[in-house]
Amino acid sequence: MAQNLRIGVDVGGTNTDAVLMDGDSILETCKTPTTHDIGSGIVSAIRELLHPEGTHTAEVRAVMIGTTQFTNTFVQARGLARVGVLRLSLPASASLLPLAGWPPVVADAVRGVSVLVPGGYEFDGREISSFDERAVRDAARQFRDAGLTAVAISCPFSSVRDDMEVRARQIVAEELPDAAITMSSEIGSTGLLARENAAIINASLARLAEQIVDSFQAALDSLGIEAPLFVSQNDGTLMNAGFTKRFPVLTFASGPTNSMRGAALLSGCTDGIVIDIGGTTTDVGVLQNGFPRHSSEPVRVGGVYTNFRMPDLLSVGLGGGSVVRREPELSVGPASVGLDIVREALVFGGHTLTATDVVVALGAAEVGERSKVAHLEQEFLECCRTRIQQIIVDTIDRVKTRAENQPVILVGGGSILVTQHLEGAGEQILPPHSNVANAVGAGIAQVGGEVDRVYSFDQLSRDAALDMARTEAIEQARQAGARQNAIDIVSVEEVPLAYMPGGSVRVRVKAVGDLDLDRFSGTSS
Amino acid sequence: MSFEPTDIQDLARGAALLGAGGGGDPYLGSLLLEAAVAEHGAPRLINVESLADDDLLIPVAMMGAPTVLLEKFPNGGEGKRVLARLEDRIGRRATAIMAAEIGGGNALIPLMLGAQLGLPVVDGDGMGRAFPELHMVTFNIFDVSISPMAMTDEHGNVVSIDGVGGEHVERLARHVIMGMGGSGMIALYPMNGVQARQATVRGTISMAMEIGAALRNAREAGLDPFEALSDYLRSTPYYQHCHALCTGKIVDLQRETRAGFAVGRAIIETHGRSSSTTKIEFQNEHLAAWTDGRLRASVPDLICVLDQETAEPITTEALKYGQRVHVMAIGAPPILRETRSLAVLGPQAFGYEHDFQEIEQLNQ
Repeated sequence: MAQNLRIGVDVGGTNTDAVLMDGDSILETCKTPTTHDIGSGIVSAIRELLHPEGTHTAEVRAVMIGTTQFTNTFVQARGLARVGVLRLSLPASASLLPLAGWPPVVADAVRGVSVLVPGGYEFDGREISSFDERAVRDAARQFRDAGLTAVAISCPFSSVRDDMEVRARQIVAEELPDAAITMSSEIGSTGLLARENAAIINASLARLAEQIVDSFQAALDSLGIEAPLFVSQNDGTLMNAGFTKRFPVLTFASGPTNSMRGAALLSGCTDGIVIDIGGTTTDVGVLQNGFPRHSSEPVRVGGVYTNFRMPDLLSVGLGGGSVVRREPELSVGPASVGLDIVREALVFGGHTLTATDVVVALGAAEVGERSKVAHLEQEFLECCRTRIQQIIVDTIDRVKTRAENQPVILVGGGSILVTQHLEGAGEQILPPHSNVANAVGAGIAQVGGEVDRVYSFDQLSRDAALDMARTEAIEQARQAGARQNAIDIVSVEEVPLAYMPGGSVRVRVKAVGDLDLDRFSGTSS
Repeated sequence: MSFEPTDIQDLARGAALLGAGGGGDPYLGSLLLEAAVAEHGAPRLINVESLADDDLLIPVAMMGAPTVLLEKFPNGGEGKRVLARLEDRIGRRATAIMAAEIGGGNALIPLMLGAQLGLPVVDGDGMGRAFPELHMVTFNIFDVSISPMAMTDEHGNVVSIDGVGGEHVERLARHVIMGMGGSGMIALYPMNGVQARQATVRGTISMAMEIGAALRNAREAGLDPFEALSDYLRSTPYYQHCHALCTGKIVDLQRETRAGFAVGRAIIETHGRSSSTTKIEFQNEHLAAWTDGRLRASVPDLICVLDQETAEPITTEALKYGQRVHVMAIGAPPILRETRSLAVLGPQAFGYEHDFQEIEQLNQ
């Protein structure tokens, strides 16, 4: 009997994909339309996967879901909770109040009451001013009087010391026992505003997270699946259902990460370039050590400044639905018929010449009816082929970090557009199941821990500081469910800080390990 | 001049570019300015020529570690307090304030105070870019005394320093700033209208805003932002010399802290038809650049690293392995290239042996 059966699900805007995996091998895949209520789409996808003559639900050890729902909800400012923001910083930081720089629409949807009270730390852990219990309690009562049930707590350098945020949370919880409270130190890295923003976003989603995770759980219950539920985070690792309810913000941008992680698993290639060709766009990213390379620019979510680490992707307007024009000169994309390809493309009896029609006419793919594109002249088709190849080759060249050829992994439904070897690519891999790479990425089942903190190398010595950071990242991964003794440090980054005494260095360490399914076996078989 | 949010974002982007890798991320400064304008109205920007001979002009700035400022913002009362201390010492009220440093966040701080306090802000600064130390400024070079200078923190602590020169005050003030938690507001180099006209790098606030606008307009119109930037710079009185040094990827990055400065180097490789390797050395700001061993630019000329896709300026602290960048050299304002200026902020002031050579000579 299979030991390690898992289901990976990707809930996208258009499709809900699901895969059944045993270890690293793919047993079954399916694609169903995403439903309005999300849950029934998941149910029908998993039901198709576990057809009667196939796997029994009791054999499934875990279900992993990747979802863009929280990002979409936040960006559209729908159904968000109003947040009470408590910042412990006075007399510092009064010149810039919480929600500064937010787009008005989102700020108006989230704004509850913001209160600044004494507290906070200097870079070396000294107090800016001492904790004022009464002021914190007064703030909590203001939140209660305003009817708020979501609270975000922040304080300067809480990434160095979180004591004050923890004390404040206890007091707020006493006054508001049912509130969803997010401390900035639980989510954040360096930068008060970015960390506070992340805490506010998270608090505003907490109530919704409860509903969504419950609906995921209800979907599994209705299928009779007793295995534990996990949700993908933006770094490609998983969190359990309880953690997801507390930290929905960590699901942001998990989609592209899953797609790249899935590409790595499906191709067996951990360093290379991933080309994800969809209906309208092609996203190109770089895999390093099995993980996406991250963007260095501060990331805005729905216009809000945060310091989430997102995959560094280059998007170009080329996909299966890209419109092909002959005049004034030959062009492919960026205009696309998108989802309407099933009506608009020539091979489906429509009237728009698309990139898919070109590759079908070239005999490189079988989609729709080839007879409907038989009239296209060979010379023209070859020009189109060259143009499509050129767009992808140029994009590869822009993301490459080394001059030599690198392996290229093609995923996504539009990967049929690549009909020849790509210049600049080393090995060119079109892995099986590449159209469900996203769901595969969700199902990989790794968990991680991350430390992002300023250390004084003079006080601690570099080795001791890095050891501390490593140990803590590993411990976090273990707590998240990683198998002990099978946790790797996947990245260590050091950035020395200007004008700071004692060799102050910002250290980011990330640890990742395989999910220890045995630890969760109590609930399944 | 208007200070709508778009203008402020333009100014922040332009100031980041003129920071030549240093000066800190101006995002926070732009939010502070937006908040001040929303509460008090726009600051009044004036021309240095309009100062009377006996006006009292006081440059103001935030001093300290950019990282600290990201965690601990000002209280809001610092500007008024630090100016009041200097005014007490001098026995007169300030008639205008000014930026000491246009590069990075310090471009925006005086405008925030100008809005808050209703004081006019002179369109100009003392660097035309960013520099790491208090004495590396035209005011010092043109014999304006740094003292009396004053500094304050969010608690209300005020320290004033009567130093015997810019370098002495720099050393003393760094210690005080650490006691203040790594960040504070300073007012220094008080001067009259005559001195101001001699020592100011003129018009840099407007230019920074126009640089930002040029980048934004190009991006919105789908045009090449680097071309738009060069076109704009060539139309300015100071920054008309500009050269693209390379477009490529960072393939190596080394960093360390030396005497409190973030020191390091980045190697950028260009490939395609003609491959080349460009090395940039930095100490908070970019100091010098070489392509295949040949010097392409050095301080005080500006070396700016921009994101290849978005044309956003990148600070030295945000440089990363694998980044795709466009490197541009921009000639420093002529006042910084004078012999007396080069002694204070030329290559040798940063430990290089080579003499300053203008980018227009190096890149003929």
